[in-house]
Amino acid sequence: MYRYDEFDHDFVQARVAEFSDQVQRRLSGEITEDQFRPLRLMNGVYLQLHAYMLRIAVPYGTLNGKQLRMLGHIARKYDKGYGHFTTRQNIQFNWPALSDIPAILADLASVEMHAIQTSGNCIRNVTADHFAGAAADEVADPRPYAEILRQWSSVHPEFSFLPRKFKIAVTGAERDRAAIQTHDIGLHLKKNAAGDLGFAVYVGGGQGRTPMVAKKIRDFLPEADLLSYCTAILRVYNLHGRRDNKYKARIKILVHETGVEEITRQVEAEWQELKDAELKLPEADIRAIEAYFAPPALTGRPDGDAAVRVARLDSKAFSDWLDQNVVTHRHPDYAAVTISLKGIGEVPGDATDSQMEAVADIAEKYAFDELRVSHEQNLILPHVARADLKAVHDALVDIGLATANSNLISDIISCPGLDYCALATARSIPIAQEISRRFASLERQREIGELKLKISGCINACGHHHVGHIGILGVEKKGSELYQVTLGGSADENTSVGEIIGRGFSSEEITDAIEQIVDTYLGLRLNPQEKFIDAYRRVGPAPFKEALYAGEAKAA
Amino acid sequence: MKILTANRLGDGIAVWYADGGWAETVDYADLARDKAAEDRLEEIGTKALANNEVVDVNLIDAEVVGGVVEPVRLREKIRAAGPTIRNDIGKQAGRAA
Repeated sequence: MYRYDEFDHDFVQARVAEFSDQVQRRLSGEITEDQFRPLRLMNGVYLQLHAYMLRIAVPYGTLNGKQLRMLGHIARKYDKGYGHFTTRQNIQFNWPALSDIPAILADLASVEMHAIQTSGNCIRNVTADHFAGAAADEVADPRPYAEILRQWSSVHPEFSFLPRKFKIAVTGAERDRAAIQTHDIGLHLKKNAAGDLGFAVYVGGGQGRTPMVAKKIRDFLPEADLLSYCTAILRVYNLHGRRDNKYKARIKILVHETGVEEITRQVEAEWQELKDAELKLPEADIRAIEAYFAPPALTGRPDGDAAVRVARLDSKAFSDWLDQNVVTHRHPDYAAVTISLKGIGEVPGDATDSQMEAVADIAEKYAFDELRVSHEQNLILPHVARADLKAVHDALVDIGLATANSNLISDIISCPGLDYCALATARSIPIAQEISRRFASLERQREIGELKLKISGCINACGHHHVGHIGILGVEKKGSELYQVTLGGSADENTSVGEIIGRGFSSEEITDAIEQIVDTYLGLRLNPQEKFIDAYRRVGPAPFKEALYAGEAKAA
Repeated sequence: MKILTANRLGDGIAVWYADGGWAETVDYADLARDKAAEDRLEEIGTKALANNEVVDVNLIDAEVVGGVVEPVRLREKIRAAGPTIRNDIGKQAGRAA
């Protein structure tokens, strides 16, 4: 994985020193809150309901054991023994004292981590497919490009005060696991007919109060032009993006208001000025960054098949986990493992200090010291020999992280909601927990099949509800929490925004409503292979509306 | 009725103005029962912000339930108690003991 060079070390150390000084000046009263607020946000420090919150960057979701162990240490020493993995592949701590943050940042810097640009109107953590480097279906690892974008965008003087925040995602596979079409810029790494690497470029996707699916503005951008083209997009946005209204300031609004054709024209015109200048990526530089992401030396482990076969017969729990949480690796003797942070009735995305340390141990022992955070709020071991899967499973059972529910209805994305967040209008975690408990039976979940349920506690949509097959949005109405349901959203290569199905539900009603939706689907699907999203796209909202609201119409 | 709340500068912990200082629990927060009292609390809040004792100062609605002060809105109830999903953390943790 990527290792800091001298420049990176100096840059992060300098920032730790600078922000530590700013914290000291704030605590001593030398600077006011108004002066300090933008500085703390640039360093990932928010003020939430109960305390400060620190958001730490996990570039493109990649971690090693030492780094995860340090996160566990921070959870124990400075927080309340746990952390929350987010949909930007980052981690948040909910209770740090401001006075401890300089020490936390120093600890992070010691393992090549930081909290820079995890907030503010700048280019945020670049996310990538969590199976990058391992997936059997990718043309190349997208992370070297994410790293190039990280280096380019870190304290970029021109793009540190954009109209609004800016999010980029990269995938290297046709099957999009990085939700690129919900991003300000989505990059799909692919090969052209000549076998050259480049990108399909999508612009103007986003969620929040105005969800938009990104538009493809270029089918093939040669890899050497990555930075010049992104610069062109950012320049057009920085110049024309709205600054008069925070809610209309994202690039998705500019793309929508300007039109795809005109935006494309402007970007291409700007790019013509830039493409042959200093932003052109030298081949040698790309390959040098790529070398940092060279896959581990995967030796042949042909004993895996027999080991897995025997272990399957021995343990149903292992067999279920294998079917649900283990996916094919490009090397036939290996597999990629999803460690579910969605235990039944647990808080989605939370992990304790000791779980983090134990997972770090597992990664070091069985997974070439590589870990990923997925935007679906799980952890990933991208390279595990099939022969070691049983040992990994047993180790995960010991720490309560072997729930076999990846991509099932209890694998819920949920924002922190009103239990923590100062912007939230309703709670989301308790709803996720209740739905998870209602569908606790793994047998039932597997019968239902792939179903992405996502919950946000306010219209900002951090819980990605717009692109959930079933989305739940919590709002406040007349002093109570009310939950609106959307159906038919999706965040893959066929991205769609879900449609509101009808009136909202109280916190007491919402789980019953979800169950009714699921039962309706089970009743109308053509066969068990027809997924919820495919069935919804075939039949539309009518049967679901009928199931949820028909009684009301008759009563009225 | 209104009470004055904020987060303490150094550690960010939610606090309520009570009896001349900032208390870590809401129970005995000073209640403003009229506009004049609200103005007094607001002035105290403005000063405390300027003195760098607290941040995010707000006057919020409250009522008295069972002899103690309780915020009215769910958001403020959660601030006063802690996350509803973890009774072992936040202000409520001390109470259970």
